[in-house]
Amino acid sequence: MIFGIDIASMLLGGVAAGMVLFIVSVGLSVTMGLMGFVNLAHGGFAMLGGYAIALAMKHWGLGFVPALVFGFVVTAAASAMLERLLYARLYRASELDQVLFTIGLVFMMIASVTLLIGPENQPLALPTMLQGQINLGITQYRTYSVVLIVVGIVIVGGLWLGFERTQIGAQIRAAVDNRRMAESLGINIARLFTITFAFGSGMAALGGGLGAEFLGLDPQYALKYLVYFLIVVAVGGLGRVTGVFYAALLIGVLDFVLKKYVPQGGTAFIYALTILLLLWRPQGLFGAKAT
Amino acid sequence: MMKRIVAAAVAALAMTTSWAQAQEVKVGVNLPYTGIGAEFAQLVDRGMELYLKLNADKVRPYKITLIKRDVKDPGGANAKIAVQELLTQDNVDILAGWIYSPNAIASAPIVTAGKKLAVIMNAGTAQITNMSPYYVRTSFSMWHAGYALGEAAAKLLNAKTAVVGYTDFPPGKDSLAAFKRSFEGTGGKVIDEIPMGGAGAVPDFTPFFQRAKDKKPDVFFVFVPAGDHAAAVVKTYAALGMRDAGIKLIGPGDITQDTKLQAMGAAAVGLITMHHYHADLDNPENKRFVEAWKKEYGATATPDFMAVGGYDGMAAIVHVVQTLKGKIGTEQALEALKGWKFASPRGPISIDPVTRDIVMNEYLSEAVMKDGRVFQKVIGKIDGVKDACKEQKIGPCAPK
Repeated sequence: MIFGIDIASMLLGGVAAGMVLFIVSVGLSVTMGLMGFVNLAHGGFAMLGGYAIALAMKHWGLGFVPALVFGFVVTAAASAMLERLLYARLYRASELDQVLFTIGLVFMMIASVTLLIGPENQPLALPTMLQGQINLGITQYRTYSVVLIVVGIVIVGGLWLGFERTQIGAQIRAAVDNRRMAESLGINIARLFTITFAFGSGMAALGGGLGAEFLGLDPQYALKYLVYFLIVVAVGGLGRVTGVFYAALLIGVLDFVLKKYVPQGGTAFIYALTILLLLWRPQGLFGAKAT
Repeated sequence: MMKRIVAAAVAALAMTTSWAQAQEVKVGVNLPYTGIGAEFAQLVDRGMELYLKLNADKVRPYKITLIKRDVKDPGGANAKIAVQELLTQDNVDILAGWIYSPNAIASAPIVTAGKKLAVIMNAGTAQITNMSPYYVRTSFSMWHAGYALGEAAAKLLNAKTAVVGYTDFPPGKDSLAAFKRSFEGTGGKVIDEIPMGGAGAVPDFTPFFQRAKDKKPDVFFVFVPAGDHAAAVVKTYAALGMRDAGIKLIGPGDITQDTKLQAMGAAAVGLITMHHYHADLDNPENKRFVEAWKKEYGATATPDFMAVGGYDGMAAIVHVVQTLKGKIGTEQALEALKGWKFASPRGPISIDPVTRDIVMNEYLSEAVMKDGRVFQKVIGKIDGVKDACKEQKIGPCAPK
């Protein structure tokens, strides 16, 4: 029984962490799959969104859920503008140019936030009903983790439906699989990309806000967790919503278990596992084989 | 003839400039003004500036010029370069600063080669002052709080078992060693030691705290660096219901840093810390200090133990400048500081003439709610604490 509780608490903690990873990373995976654009500033949008959420709660007294909606909308709008103004100019540029541009953008985001708001961590106070412990029958666990898992499942379900059952979802899938063919069928890839880019950044903002309880929120957020987001995308495969979901859960749970039982290893295990996995399957665990 | 006049003029000029230099003491300050340590740099910097501002009459007739260099990060390499440049390009008379232990450790050979008094205003790894004969510390050693808390946990909190969670870098390991040594020396038992990631980023503490909770200790001793880690520690402790499970969270004052405490709110209530300073200390020097700080930097601003490290460090430098009448010889400066006594906001302090480390009081405090704010109530005090590591030559300070 004790053993069962142990497993339950481990799964709950790991899956909750995985959900945050999924919500932030899903947009990165889709935009990368669509355009092959390496957007290292994705973590920056998560950071900006988290700030929008935290500051709206602090200064305007917005509730947690309205603040999340606000953060999503603001970040999606801002990223759509950036996409049209800056990103669009680099679609045909080399990968190195894209990487340099987006990493430069990250540094500018970090510096601007540090200058305007300050280098310190932004506390994001959860509503009291989400704090504390909840009784799940077999074990007591952190309420917020359980809520996060439920929210994550709802989001995955929604995204899956949107991807599989709507016109725009079909267009995205078509474009990820074969961009030229999709283009020649009359699908407007540029418009599609702006929409997915804005939506993905909005999701990142949501992840920034929802995950602040675990990951904190400070200017360095944009770079600190980028490696994790990239690992999730690499393992999950480009442009695959379900792949990213499984990868995020896998990494969330593995990271949690390894940190709990072998804390001496630190984060090294996850990196080592990722390297081994990518040597074995370069297209990711759930990605389609390159043709 | 003309040549002679020019030579005389040059000589005269040289004399006036050297006379002017004797009046001015250049202090080379190295702090992480940008990057993840920017917040700490600001606290120490403000502490130094506040002392100079409040004590302008104690500095006269000399002039103290602060030359500030940004060391950016805790990596060591940048700090080493900054210290070298301060010594060779700016020709400073005294060095000061050091937020991070790795930076002080990396700078030690340069400080030794440069032969200038170097005042450490924060970095707390115990053996740092052994690494260069010119280091003098006005902040603290990890052993001041860690060692004292080990004993207090066993005797005052009646703890039999403890789990230690620490951030995996030199001061963290030092803090673990200090606590373990005295806790086990007083009859307690450390049943688990959990490294909780590096100092650069605040990790998700859930897996580490879950592990600690499963071990069911009487106390959970946590060392994290000052700054943003503490809020996450307190949050995770509350969210995992560890208090209800009967596990007391204790640690050095980094988990209740004044600048972060109010944002934690009610979740901080019940935390027990051992430290040499918090802004709620009740003594006349501290009242003046806190009042002056709020007047200078805003009503919501508060000093903390880092600010005091800078403030007292500058007091030490002013003492040296006065004693040596503005002409800073390094050996004489060290002599002037050995045994120096000062009424600090943290209570009476002095510099141990043997180890060049600080001697000060340690306060056992409990966070309580008072008038709608978190207040640190002193529940125990130990006078004149020396760094146990060097004092007893144990742990990392044992002779090799």
